[in-house]
Amino acid sequence: MKEKLLALLNEDARYTAAELATMLGVGEGEVRDAVAELEKSGVIRGYKTLIDWASVDDVHVTAIIELKIVPQADEGFEQIAERIAGFEHVESVYLMSGGYDLCVIVTGQTFQKVAMFVAKRLATMDGVTSTATHFVLRRYKDMGVAMCDSPDDRGRISL
Amino acid sequence: MDLSRFLNPDVVALRPSGIRKFFDIAETMDDVISLGVGEPDFATPWHIRQAGIQSIEDRKTRYTANRGLHALREEIAAYMRRRFGLTYDPASDVLVSVGGSEAIDAAVRALVCRGDEVILPQPSFVCYEPIVRMAGGVPVVLETRAENEFRLTPAELEAALTERTKLLVLPYPCNPTGAVMERADLEGIARVIREHDLFVLSDEIYAELTYGVDHVSIASLDGMRDRCVVVNGFSKTYSMTGWRLGYACGPADVLTQMTKIHQFAIMCAPTTAQYAAIEALRNGDEDVQKMRAQYDARRRIMVDGFNKIGMDCFEPRGAFYAFPSIRRSGMTSDEFCEKLLYSQHVAIIPGTAFGACGEGFVRASYCYSVSHIKEALSRIEAFLREIGS
Repeated sequence: MKEKLLALLNEDARYTAAELATMLGVGEGEVRDAVAELEKSGVIRGYKTLIDWASVDDVHVTAIIELKIVPQADEGFEQIAERIAGFEHVESVYLMSGGYDLCVIVTGQTFQKVAMFVAKRLATMDGVTSTATHFVLRRYKDMGVAMCDSPDDRGRISL
Repeated sequence: MDLSRFLNPDVVALRPSGIRKFFDIAETMDDVISLGVGEPDFATPWHIRQAGIQSIEDRKTRYTANRGLHALREEIAAYMRRRFGLTYDPASDVLVSVGGSEAIDAAVRALVCRGDEVILPQPSFVCYEPIVRMAGGVPVVLETRAENEFRLTPAELEAALTERTKLLVLPYPCNPTGAVMERADLEGIARVIREHDLFVLSDEIYAELTYGVDHVSIASLDGMRDRCVVVNGFSKTYSMTGWRLGYACGPADVLTQMTKIHQFAIMCAPTTAQYAAIEALRNGDEDVQKMRAQYDARRRIMVDGFNKIGMDCFEPRGAFYAFPSIRRSGMTSDEFCEKLLYSQHVAIIPGTAFGACGEGFVRASYCYSVSHIKEALSRIEAFLREIGS
Protein backbone atom coordinates (compact mmCIF):
# COMPACT_ATOMS: atom_id res chain seq x y z
CA MET A 1 0.00 0.00 0.00
CA LYS A 2 3.00 2.34 0.57
CA GLU A 3 3.82 2.46 -3.16
CA LYS A 4 0.19 3.03 -4.12
CA LEU A 5 -0.17 5.74 -1.49
CA LEU A 6 2.93 7.50 -2.76
CA ALA A 7 1.74 7.24 -6.35
CA LEU A 8 -1.56 8.91 -5.40
CA LEU A 9 0.15 11.68 -3.42
CA ASN A 10 2.54 12.21 -6.30
CA GLU A 11 -0.50 12.69 -8.51
CA ASP A 12 -2.25 15.12 -6.15
CA ALA A 13 -0.88 16.10 -2.73
CA ARG A 14 -4.22 17.58 -1.76
CA TYR A 15 -6.16 14.33 -1.61
CA THR A 16 -7.61 14.10 1.89
CA ALA A 17 -6.91 11.13 4.13
CA ALA A 18 -10.53 10.05 3.64
CA GLU A 19 -10.20 10.14 -0.14
CA LEU A 20 -6.90 8.29 -0.07
CA ALA A 21 -8.45 5.67 2.21
CA THR A 22 -11.35 5.19 -0.23
CA MET A 23 -9.08 4.95 -3.25
CA LEU A 24 -6.79 2.47 -1.54
CA GLY A 25 -9.57 0.47 0.09
CA VAL A 26 -8.11 0.83 3.60
CA GLY A 27 -9.08 2.70 6.78
CA GLU A 28 -8.56 6.41 7.19
CA GLY A 29 -6.47 5.92 10.34
CA GLU A 30 -4.20 3.57 8.44
CA VAL A 31 -3.61 6.25 5.79
CA ARG A 32 -2.87 8.92 8.42
CA ASP A 33 -0.37 6.64 10.14
CA ALA A 34 1.32 5.70 6.89
CA VAL A 35 1.65 9.33 5.77
CA ALA A 36 3.00 10.36 9.18
CA GLU A 37 5.54 7.54 9.03
CA LEU A 38 6.61 8.49 5.49
CA GLU A 39 7.01 12.11 6.53
CA LYS A 40 8.94 11.18 9.66
CA SER A 41 11.31 8.84 7.87
CA GLY A 42 11.99 11.47 5.20
CA VAL A 43 10.49 9.56 2.27
CA ILE A 44 8.03 12.45 1.90
CA ARG A 45 10.14 15.59 1.91
CA GLY A 46 7.39 18.14 1.53
CA TYR A 47 4.35 19.32 -0.42
CA LYS A 48 4.48 22.17 -2.92
CA THR A 49 2.27 23.78 -5.52
CA LEU A 50 3.10 23.40 -9.18
CA ILE A 51 2.88 26.93 -10.57
CA ASP A 52 3.07 28.05 -14.17
CA TRP A 53 5.05 31.20 -13.47
CA ALA A 54 4.95 32.21 -17.11
CA SER A 55 1.27 33.00 -16.77
CA VAL A 56 1.90 35.08 -13.63
CA ASP A 57 4.80 37.28 -14.74
CA ASP A 58 7.62 37.16 -17.25
CA VAL A 59 10.49 37.95 -14.91
CA HIS A 60 10.83 34.54 -13.38
CA VAL A 61 13.91 32.97 -14.85
CA THR A 62 15.21 29.42 -14.56
CA ALA A 63 18.62 28.24 -15.66
CA ILE A 64 20.21 24.83 -15.80
CA ILE A 65 23.92 25.05 -15.09
CA GLU A 66 26.41 22.35 -15.91
CA LEU A 67 29.34 22.35 -13.53
CA LYS A 68 32.60 20.50 -13.86
CA ILE A 69 34.26 19.84 -10.56
CA VAL A 70 37.58 18.52 -9.29
CA PRO A 71 36.50 15.95 -6.71
CA GLN A 72 38.16 16.32 -3.35
CA ALA A 73 39.96 13.54 -1.56
CA ASP A 74 37.72 11.73 0.95
CA GLU A 75 34.74 13.98 0.32
CA GLY A 76 34.29 13.37 -3.42
CA PHE A 77 31.53 15.66 -4.60
CA GLU A 78 29.58 15.73 -1.36
CA GLN A 79 30.99 18.84 0.26
CA ILE A 80 30.82 21.09 -2.78
CA ALA A 81 27.35 19.83 -3.67
CA GLU A 82 26.13 20.67 -0.18
CA ARG A 83 27.71 24.11 -0.33
CA ILE A 84 26.00 24.81 -3.63
CA ALA A 85 22.69 23.47 -2.35
CA GLY A 86 22.89 25.96 0.49
CA PHE A 87 22.28 28.94 -1.80
CA GLU A 88 18.72 30.17 -1.64
CA HIS A 89 18.37 30.54 -5.41
CA VAL A 90 19.44 27.00 -6.08
CA GLU A 91 16.37 24.89 -6.62
CA SER A 92 17.99 21.52 -7.39
CA VAL A 93 21.44 19.97 -7.42
CA TYR A 94 22.08 16.62 -9.08
CA LEU A 95 25.25 14.56 -9.46
CA MET A 96 25.39 13.50 -13.10
CA SER A 97 26.92 10.82 -15.25
CA GLY A 98 28.38 11.87 -18.58
CA GLY A 99 30.02 15.06 -19.77
CA TYR A 100 29.82 17.09 -16.56
CA ASP A 101 29.52 16.52 -12.83
CA LEU A 102 26.84 18.61 -11.18
CA CYS A 103 23.58 19.84 -12.65
CA VAL A 104 22.39 22.94 -10.79
CA ILE A 105 18.96 24.45 -11.37
CA VAL A 106 18.78 28.09 -10.38
CA THR A 107 15.83 30.45 -10.36
CA GLY A 108 15.95 34.23 -10.18
CA GLN A 109 14.07 37.35 -11.10
CA THR A 110 16.11 38.32 -14.16
CA PHE A 111 18.58 36.81 -16.59
CA GLN A 112 21.13 39.30 -15.27
CA LYS A 113 20.73 38.21 -11.66
CA VAL A 114 21.02 34.54 -12.52
CA ALA A 115 24.08 35.19 -14.71
CA MET A 116 25.74 37.20 -11.95
CA PHE A 117 25.00 34.47 -9.43
CA VAL A 118 26.75 31.95 -11.64
CA ALA A 119 29.71 34.22 -12.33
CA LYS A 120 30.23 35.42 -8.80
CA ARG A 121 29.09 32.54 -6.62
CA LEU A 122 29.41 29.31 -8.54
CA ALA A 123 32.29 29.85 -10.98
CA THR A 124 34.53 31.13 -8.25
CA MET A 125 34.12 28.20 -5.87
CA ASP A 126 37.14 26.07 -5.13
CA GLY A 127 37.03 22.93 -7.21
CA VAL A 128 34.72 24.30 -9.92
CA THR A 129 36.64 24.13 -13.19
CA SER A 130 33.93 25.23 -15.63
CA THR A 131 30.31 26.28 -15.90
CA ALA A 132 27.85 26.28 -18.77
CA THR A 133 24.55 28.12 -18.21
CA HIS A 134 21.42 27.26 -20.16
CA PHE A 135 18.34 29.41 -19.68
CA VAL A 136 14.91 27.85 -19.81
CA LEU A 137 12.86 29.59 -22.49
CA ARG A 138 9.57 27.80 -22.10
CA ARG A 139 8.11 25.01 -20.02
CA TYR A 140 6.00 22.52 -21.90
CA LYS A 141 5.70 20.01 -19.10
CA ASP A 142 6.80 20.10 -15.49
CA MET A 143 6.64 17.42 -12.80
CA GLY A 144 4.61 15.26 -15.15
CA VAL A 145 2.03 17.99 -15.78
CA ALA A 146 1.55 19.56 -19.22
CA MET A 147 1.82 23.35 -19.09
CA CYS A 148 -0.77 23.89 -21.80
CA ASP A 149 -4.47 23.20 -21.61
CA SER A 150 -5.78 20.32 -23.62
CA PRO A 151 -9.55 20.67 -23.51
CA ASP A 152 -11.73 17.60 -23.18
CA ASP A 153 -12.85 17.17 -26.77
CA ARG A 154 -15.07 14.19 -26.10
CA GLY A 155 -18.79 14.64 -26.57
CA ARG A 156 -20.81 15.28 -23.43
CA ILE A 157 -22.54 11.96 -23.80
CA SER A 158 -21.73 8.75 -25.59
CA LEU A 159 -22.96 5.24 -25.00
CA MET B 1 -40.63 14.68 -51.94
CA ASP B 2 -41.72 11.85 -49.74
CA LEU B 3 -38.94 9.30 -49.81
CA SER B 4 -40.49 6.85 -47.40
CA ARG B 5 -41.44 4.50 -50.22
CA PHE B 6 -37.72 4.07 -50.95
CA LEU B 7 -36.74 3.33 -47.39
CA ASN B 8 -36.37 -0.10 -45.89
CA PRO B 9 -39.19 -0.38 -43.33
CA ASP B 10 -37.07 -2.69 -41.17
CA VAL B 11 -34.50 0.08 -40.79
CA VAL B 12 -37.13 2.77 -40.33
CA ALA B 13 -38.60 0.65 -37.54
CA LEU B 14 -35.31 0.65 -35.61
CA ARG B 15 -35.59 2.98 -32.67
CA PRO B 16 -32.88 5.62 -32.54
CA SER B 17 -30.77 5.66 -29.42
CA GLY B 18 -33.08 6.65 -26.56
CA ILE B 19 -31.06 9.59 -25.32
CA ARG B 20 -31.03 11.83 -28.38
CA LYS B 21 -33.15 14.55 -26.76
CA PHE B 22 -31.09 14.42 -23.63
CA PHE B 23 -27.91 14.60 -25.65
CA ASP B 24 -29.12 17.71 -27.48
CA ILE B 25 -29.88 19.54 -24.23
CA ALA B 26 -26.48 18.65 -22.78
CA GLU B 27 -24.65 19.87 -25.88
CA THR B 28 -26.20 23.34 -25.64
CA MET B 29 -25.21 23.98 -22.01
CA ASP B 30 -21.74 25.39 -21.59
CA ASP B 31 -21.06 24.57 -17.94
CA VAL B 32 -22.09 20.94 -17.94
CA ILE B 33 -20.18 18.54 -15.72
CA SER B 34 -20.55 15.28 -17.55
CA LEU B 35 -20.21 11.73 -16.34
CA GLY B 36 -21.77 10.68 -19.59
CA VAL B 37 -19.10 9.38 -21.91
CA GLY B 38 -18.18 5.81 -22.72
CA GLU B 39 -14.60 6.50 -23.70
CA PRO B 40 -11.33 7.00 -21.83
CA ASP B 41 -10.04 10.48 -21.04
CA PHE B 42 -6.40 9.47 -21.49
CA ALA B 43 -4.69 10.20 -24.76
CA THR B 44 -3.46 7.12 -26.61
CA PRO B 45 0.01 6.38 -25.13
CA TRP B 46 2.61 8.33 -27.06
CA HIS B 47 4.65 5.37 -28.26
CA ILE B 48 1.51 3.91 -29.82
CA ARG B 49 0.67 7.20 -31.54
CA GLN B 50 4.27 7.35 -32.76
CA ALA B 51 3.99 3.90 -34.29
CA GLY B 52 0.98 5.14 -36.27
CA ILE B 53 2.84 8.27 -37.37
CA GLN B 54 5.91 6.23 -38.30
CA SER B 55 3.84 3.92 -40.46
CA ILE B 56 2.53 6.91 -42.41
CA GLU B 57 6.06 8.25 -42.85
CA ASP B 58 7.09 4.80 -44.06
CA ARG B 59 4.36 4.98 -46.73
CA LYS B 60 2.30 2.22 -45.15
CA THR B 61 -0.79 3.87 -46.58
CA ARG B 62 -2.35 1.09 -48.64
CA TYR B 63 -4.92 -1.63 -48.00
CA THR B 64 -3.85 -4.50 -45.82
CA ALA B 65 -5.01 -8.08 -46.18
CA ASN B 66 -8.78 -8.29 -45.63
CA ARG B 67 -8.28 -10.06 -42.33
CA GLY B 68 -5.74 -7.45 -41.21
CA LEU B 69 -1.95 -7.32 -41.13
CA HIS B 70 -0.48 -10.75 -40.49
CA ALA B 71 1.87 -9.31 -37.87
CA LEU B 72 -1.09 -7.84 -36.00
CA ARG B 73 -3.05 -11.10 -36.15
CA GLU B 74 0.01 -12.87 -34.77
CA GLU B 75 0.16 -10.40 -31.87
CA ILE B 76 -3.56 -10.86 -31.23
CA ALA B 77 -3.17 -14.65 -31.21
CA ALA B 78 -0.18 -14.32 -28.87
CA TYR B 79 -2.24 -12.11 -26.54
CA MET B 80 -5.13 -14.60 -26.48
CA ARG B 81 -2.68 -17.36 -25.66
CA ARG B 82 -0.76 -15.61 -22.89
CA ARG B 83 -3.82 -14.03 -21.34
CA PHE B 84 -6.49 -16.76 -21.62
CA GLY B 85 -4.61 -19.87 -22.72
CA LEU B 86 -6.60 -19.84 -25.97
CA THR B 87 -5.08 -20.98 -29.25
CA TYR B 88 -6.09 -19.21 -32.45
CA ASP B 89 -4.38 -19.57 -35.81
CA PRO B 90 -3.55 -16.06 -37.09
CA ALA B 91 -4.10 -17.30 -40.65
CA SER B 92 -7.68 -18.47 -40.21
CA ASP B 93 -9.10 -17.72 -36.74
CA VAL B 94 -8.52 -13.97 -36.35
CA LEU B 95 -10.22 -11.01 -38.05
CA VAL B 96 -9.17 -7.39 -37.53
CA SER B 97 -12.25 -5.17 -37.66
CA VAL B 98 -13.28 -1.53 -37.58
CA GLY B 99 -13.82 -1.36 -33.84
CA GLY B 100 -15.45 -4.09 -31.78
CA SER B 101 -18.83 -3.06 -33.20
CA GLU B 102 -18.06 -4.17 -36.73
CA ALA B 103 -16.88 -7.54 -35.44
CA ILE B 104 -20.16 -7.90 -33.52
CA ASP B 105 -22.13 -7.03 -36.63
CA ALA B 106 -20.17 -9.44 -38.82
CA ALA B 107 -20.51 -12.25 -36.26
CA VAL B 108 -24.28 -11.78 -35.96
CA ARG B 109 -24.71 -11.63 -39.72
CA ALA B 110 -22.57 -14.73 -40.19
CA LEU B 111 -24.53 -16.72 -37.61
CA VAL B 112 -28.12 -15.51 -37.45
CA CYS B 113 -30.78 -16.58 -39.93
CA ARG B 114 -34.23 -15.05 -40.27
CA GLY B 115 -36.27 -16.01 -37.23
CA ASP B 116 -33.36 -17.24 -35.14
CA GLU B 117 -33.60 -16.15 -31.54
CA VAL B 118 -30.67 -14.37 -29.98
CA ILE B 119 -30.48 -14.00 -26.22
CA LEU B 120 -29.44 -10.52 -25.11
CA PRO B 121 -28.82 -9.96 -21.42
CA GLN B 122 -29.71 -6.38 -20.48
CA PRO B 123 -28.91 -3.73 -19.33
CA SER B 124 -26.18 -3.83 -21.94
CA PHE B 125 -24.62 -1.93 -24.80
CA VAL B 126 -27.14 -0.52 -27.25
CA CYS B 127 -25.89 -2.02 -30.51
CA TYR B 128 -26.78 -5.69 -30.04
CA GLU B 129 -30.53 -5.41 -30.49
CA PRO B 130 -30.55 -3.37 -33.73
CA ILE B 131 -27.76 -5.50 -35.20
CA VAL B 132 -29.73 -8.67 -34.49
CA ARG B 133 -32.86 -7.13 -35.99
CA MET B 134 -31.06 -6.02 -39.14
CA ALA B 135 -29.79 -9.57 -39.57
CA GLY B 136 -33.42 -10.77 -39.42
CA GLY B 137 -32.96 -12.35 -36.00
CA VAL B 138 -35.31 -12.09 -33.07
CA PRO B 139 -33.79 -10.47 -30.00
CA VAL B 140 -34.86 -12.17 -26.78
CA VAL B 141 -34.09 -9.81 -23.93
CA LEU B 142 -33.00 -11.41 -20.71
CA GLU B 143 -33.23 -9.00 -17.81
CA THR B 144 -30.34 -9.32 -15.38
CA ARG B 145 -31.00 -8.17 -11.84
CA ALA B 146 -29.38 -5.91 -9.29
CA GLU B 147 -29.63 -8.59 -6.59
CA ASN B 148 -27.42 -10.82 -8.77
CA GLU B 149 -25.07 -7.90 -9.35
CA PHE B 150 -26.32 -7.93 -12.94
CA ARG B 151 -24.73 -11.28 -13.69
CA LEU B 152 -26.44 -13.76 -15.95
CA THR B 153 -27.50 -16.94 -14.16
CA PRO B 154 -27.80 -20.41 -15.78
CA ALA B 155 -31.41 -20.70 -14.59
CA GLU B 156 -32.39 -17.40 -16.22
CA LEU B 157 -30.65 -18.44 -19.42
CA GLU B 158 -32.30 -21.85 -19.48
CA ALA B 159 -35.73 -20.31 -18.91
CA ALA B 160 -35.29 -18.08 -21.96
CA LEU B 161 -34.41 -20.87 -24.39
CA THR B 162 -36.75 -22.06 -27.12
CA GLU B 163 -36.32 -24.29 -30.16
CA ARG B 164 -35.35 -21.24 -32.18
CA THR B 165 -32.57 -20.10 -29.83
CA LYS B 166 -29.23 -20.07 -31.59
CA LEU B 167 -26.96 -17.48 -30.07
CA LEU B 168 -26.17 -15.92 -26.70
CA VAL B 169 -24.54 -12.50 -26.62
CA LEU B 170 -22.43 -12.35 -23.48
CA PRO B 171 -21.48 -8.74 -22.69
CA TYR B 172 -19.06 -8.94 -19.75
CA PRO B 173 -17.40 -6.93 -18.24
CA CYS B 174 -20.60 -5.01 -18.79
CA ASN B 175 -21.38 -1.54 -20.07
CA PRO B 176 -23.38 0.02 -18.33
CA THR B 177 -23.48 -1.97 -15.08
CA GLY B 178 -19.78 -2.70 -14.51
CA ALA B 179 -20.75 -6.31 -13.74
CA VAL B 180 -18.26 -9.11 -14.32
CA MET B 181 -18.74 -12.86 -14.69
CA GLU B 182 -16.24 -14.94 -12.76
CA ARG B 183 -15.12 -18.44 -13.68
CA ALA B 184 -17.74 -20.14 -11.52
CA ASP B 185 -20.49 -17.96 -13.05
CA LEU B 186 -19.31 -18.80 -16.55
CA GLU B 187 -19.07 -22.55 -15.86
CA GLY B 188 -22.82 -22.63 -15.29
CA ILE B 189 -23.52 -20.69 -18.48
CA ALA B 190 -21.12 -22.88 -20.49
CA ARG B 191 -22.91 -26.01 -19.29
CA VAL B 192 -26.24 -24.70 -20.60
CA ILE B 193 -24.64 -23.69 -23.88
CA ARG B 194 -23.14 -27.16 -24.41
CA GLU B 195 -26.26 -29.03 -23.32
CA HIS B 196 -28.50 -27.07 -25.65
CA ASP B 197 -25.99 -26.90 -28.50
CA LEU B 198 -25.83 -23.08 -28.69
CA PHE B 199 -23.24 -20.58 -29.83
CA VAL B 200 -21.84 -17.57 -27.95
CA LEU B 201 -20.80 -14.11 -29.06
CA SER B 202 -18.67 -12.93 -26.16
CA ASP B 203 -18.07 -9.18 -26.20
CA GLU B 204 -14.91 -8.83 -24.12
CA ILE B 205 -13.98 -5.28 -25.07
CA TYR B 206 -13.43 -4.41 -21.38
CA ALA B 207 -11.41 -7.58 -20.63
CA GLU B 208 -8.37 -5.62 -19.45
CA LEU B 209 -10.39 -3.26 -17.27
CA THR B 210 -11.28 -5.31 -14.22
CA TYR B 211 -10.47 -4.50 -10.63
CA GLY B 212 -9.40 -7.05 -8.05
CA VAL B 213 -10.50 -9.88 -10.33
CA ASP B 214 -9.00 -11.25 -13.55
CA HIS B 215 -11.23 -11.49 -16.58
CA VAL B 216 -12.01 -15.04 -17.68
CA SER B 217 -13.02 -15.67 -21.27
CA ILE B 218 -15.88 -18.14 -21.64
CA ALA B 219 -14.07 -19.49 -24.70
CA SER B 220 -11.33 -20.81 -22.41
CA LEU B 221 -13.71 -23.19 -20.59
CA ASP B 222 -14.02 -26.87 -21.48
CA GLY B 223 -15.45 -27.47 -24.93
CA MET B 224 -16.25 -23.79 -25.46
CA ARG B 225 -13.47 -22.63 -27.78
CA ASP B 226 -15.31 -23.76 -30.89
CA ARG B 227 -18.67 -22.46 -29.67
CA CYS B 228 -17.55 -18.88 -29.22
CA VAL B 229 -16.61 -15.85 -31.20
CA VAL B 230 -14.67 -13.57 -28.86
CA VAL B 231 -14.74 -9.87 -29.71
CA ASN B 232 -12.19 -7.47 -28.29
CA GLY B 233 -10.51 -4.27 -29.41
CA PHE B 234 -8.15 -1.45 -28.71
CA SER B 235 -10.57 1.39 -27.91
CA LYS B 236 -11.04 0.92 -24.20
CA THR B 237 -7.85 -0.93 -23.28
CA TYR B 238 -5.39 1.43 -24.91
CA SER B 239 -7.51 4.56 -25.02
CA MET B 240 -7.79 4.30 -28.81
CA THR B 241 -11.49 4.94 -29.48
CA GLY B 242 -10.92 7.18 -32.47
CA TRP B 243 -8.57 4.76 -34.21
CA ARG B 244 -11.49 2.39 -34.80
CA LEU B 245 -9.86 -0.96 -34.34
CA GLY B 246 -11.17 -4.19 -32.93
CA TYR B 247 -10.95 -7.89 -33.63
CA ALA B 248 -12.72 -11.21 -33.44
CA CYS B 249 -11.26 -14.64 -32.68
CA GLY B 250 -13.07 -17.90 -33.13
CA PRO B 251 -13.26 -21.18 -35.02
CA ALA B 252 -12.10 -20.94 -38.65
CA ASP B 253 -15.48 -22.01 -40.07
CA VAL B 254 -17.20 -18.98 -38.55
CA LEU B 255 -14.33 -16.55 -39.06
CA THR B 256 -14.17 -17.44 -42.76
CA GLN B 257 -17.78 -16.34 -43.20
CA MET B 258 -17.27 -13.21 -41.10
CA THR B 259 -14.23 -12.36 -43.20
CA LYS B 260 -16.36 -12.45 -46.36
CA ILE B 261 -18.82 -9.98 -44.88
CA HIS B 262 -15.95 -7.77 -43.73
CA GLN B 263 -14.22 -8.04 -47.09
CA PHE B 264 -17.26 -6.94 -49.09
CA ALA B 265 -18.42 -4.21 -46.71
CA ILE B 266 -15.15 -2.79 -45.41
CA MET B 267 -12.16 -4.18 -47.38
CA CYS B 268 -9.85 -3.87 -44.40
CA ALA B 269 -9.52 -2.01 -41.11
CA PRO B 270 -7.57 1.29 -41.19
CA THR B 271 -3.93 0.57 -41.96
CA THR B 272 -2.43 3.26 -39.71
CA ALA B 273 -4.46 2.02 -36.77
CA GLN B 274 -3.27 -1.54 -37.40
CA TYR B 275 0.38 -0.51 -37.17
CA ALA B 276 -0.32 1.41 -33.98
CA ALA B 277 -2.12 -1.65 -32.60
CA ILE B 278 0.91 -3.87 -33.16
CA GLU B 279 2.91 -1.50 -30.96
CA ALA B 280 0.10 -1.48 -28.38
CA LEU B 281 0.10 -5.28 -28.08
CA ARG B 282 3.88 -5.55 -28.07
CA ASN B 283 4.75 -2.76 -25.65
CA GLY B 284 1.56 -1.48 -24.07
CA ASP B 285 1.18 -3.63 -20.94
CA GLU B 286 2.65 -0.99 -18.65
CA ASP B 287 0.31 1.69 -20.02
CA VAL B 288 -2.69 -0.53 -19.41
CA GLN B 289 -1.54 -1.21 -15.88
CA LYS B 290 -1.18 2.52 -15.16
CA MET B 291 -4.56 3.41 -16.61
CA ARG B 292 -6.21 0.53 -14.77
CA ALA B 293 -4.76 1.79 -11.47
CA GLN B 294 -6.17 5.26 -12.17
CA TYR B 295 -9.60 3.89 -13.09
CA ASP B 296 -9.57 1.81 -9.93
CA ALA B 297 -8.90 4.83 -7.70
CA ARG B 298 -11.64 6.82 -9.47
CA ARG B 299 -14.03 3.89 -9.26
CA ARG B 300 -13.63 3.69 -5.51
CA ILE B 301 -14.15 7.44 -5.07
CA MET B 302 -17.27 7.33 -7.22
CA VAL B 303 -18.90 4.24 -5.73
CA ASP B 304 -18.16 5.42 -2.21
CA GLY B 305 -19.55 8.86 -3.11
CA PHE B 306 -22.82 7.47 -4.48
CA ASN B 307 -23.34 5.22 -1.49
CA LYS B 308 -22.67 8.10 0.90
CA ILE B 309 -25.29 10.36 -0.69
CA GLY B 310 -27.90 7.61 -0.61
CA MET B 311 -27.72 6.35 -4.19
CA ASP B 312 -27.13 2.64 -3.53
CA CYS B 313 -24.44 1.32 -5.78
CA PHE B 314 -23.15 -2.25 -5.92
CA GLU B 315 -19.43 -2.57 -6.46
CA PRO B 316 -18.74 -2.61 -10.20
CA ARG B 317 -15.65 -4.69 -10.86
CA GLY B 318 -15.19 -4.11 -14.56
CA ALA B 319 -15.37 -1.53 -17.37
CA PHE B 320 -15.45 2.11 -16.24
CA TYR B 321 -19.00 2.71 -15.10
CA ALA B 322 -20.96 2.82 -11.87
CA PHE B 323 -24.66 1.97 -12.00
CA PRO B 324 -26.29 3.42 -8.89
CA SER B 325 -29.97 3.21 -8.01
CA ILE B 326 -32.16 6.31 -8.09
CA ARG B 327 -35.26 4.55 -6.71
CA ARG B 328 -35.29 6.69 -3.57
CA SER B 329 -35.97 9.79 -5.66
CA GLY B 330 -39.33 8.34 -6.70
CA MET B 331 -38.58 9.41 -10.28
CA THR B 332 -38.02 7.43 -13.43
CA SER B 333 -34.44 7.28 -14.68
CA ASP B 334 -35.33 9.61 -17.53
CA GLU B 335 -36.92 12.19 -15.25
CA PHE B 336 -34.06 12.00 -12.81
CA CYS B 337 -31.40 12.57 -15.47
CA GLU B 338 -33.29 15.36 -17.20
CA LYS B 339 -34.01 17.23 -13.97
CA LEU B 340 -30.45 16.75 -12.78
CA LEU B 341 -29.19 18.16 -16.06
CA TYR B 342 -31.47 21.22 -15.92
CA SER B 343 -30.99 21.88 -12.24
CA GLN B 344 -27.30 21.13 -11.61
CA HIS B 345 -25.96 20.78 -15.12
CA VAL B 346 -24.68 17.28 -14.52
CA ALA B 347 -25.00 14.79 -17.37
CA ILE B 348 -25.45 11.11 -16.56
CA ILE B 349 -27.25 8.48 -18.59
CA PRO B 350 -30.62 6.95 -17.67
CA GLY B 351 -30.33 3.19 -17.17
CA THR B 352 -33.23 2.71 -19.57
CA ALA B 353 -30.97 3.71 -22.48
CA PHE B 354 -29.52 0.19 -22.05
CA GLY B 355 -32.79 -1.69 -21.87
CA ALA B 356 -36.11 -1.34 -20.08
CA CYS B 357 -34.75 -3.20 -17.05
CA GLY B 358 -32.30 -0.33 -16.49
CA GLU B 359 -35.26 1.57 -14.99
CA GLY B 360 -34.42 2.79 -11.52
CA PHE B 361 -30.72 3.14 -12.30
CA VAL B 362 -28.36 5.59 -13.95
CA ARG B 363 -24.98 5.09 -15.55
CA ALA B 364 -22.09 7.29 -14.45
CA SER B 365 -18.73 6.96 -16.14
CA TYR B 366 -15.50 7.38 -14.21
CA CYS B 367 -13.42 8.27 -17.25
CA TYR B 368 -12.76 11.60 -15.58
CA SER B 369 -10.27 13.09 -13.15
CA VAL B 370 -10.93 12.63 -9.45
CA SER B 371 -11.57 16.36 -9.02
CA HIS B 372 -14.15 16.26 -11.83
CA ILE B 373 -15.86 13.26 -10.24
CA LYS B 374 -15.91 14.99 -6.85
CA GLU B 375 -17.48 18.11 -8.33
CA ALA B 376 -20.13 16.05 -10.10
CA LEU B 377 -20.93 14.10 -6.93
CA SER B 378 -21.33 17.27 -4.89
CA ARG B 379 -23.73 18.68 -7.48
CA ILE B 380 -25.71 15.43 -7.49
CA GLU B 381 -25.86 15.62 -3.70
CA ALA B 382 -27.21 19.19 -3.97
CA PHE B 383 -29.82 17.93 -6.43
CA LEU B 384 -30.93 15.18 -4.05
CA ARG B 385 -31.35 17.77 -1.30
CA GLU B 386 -33.31 19.97 -3.65
CA ILE B 387 -35.80 17.21 -4.48
CA GLY B 388 -35.96 16.22 -0.80
CA SER B 389 -34.71 12.69 -1.37
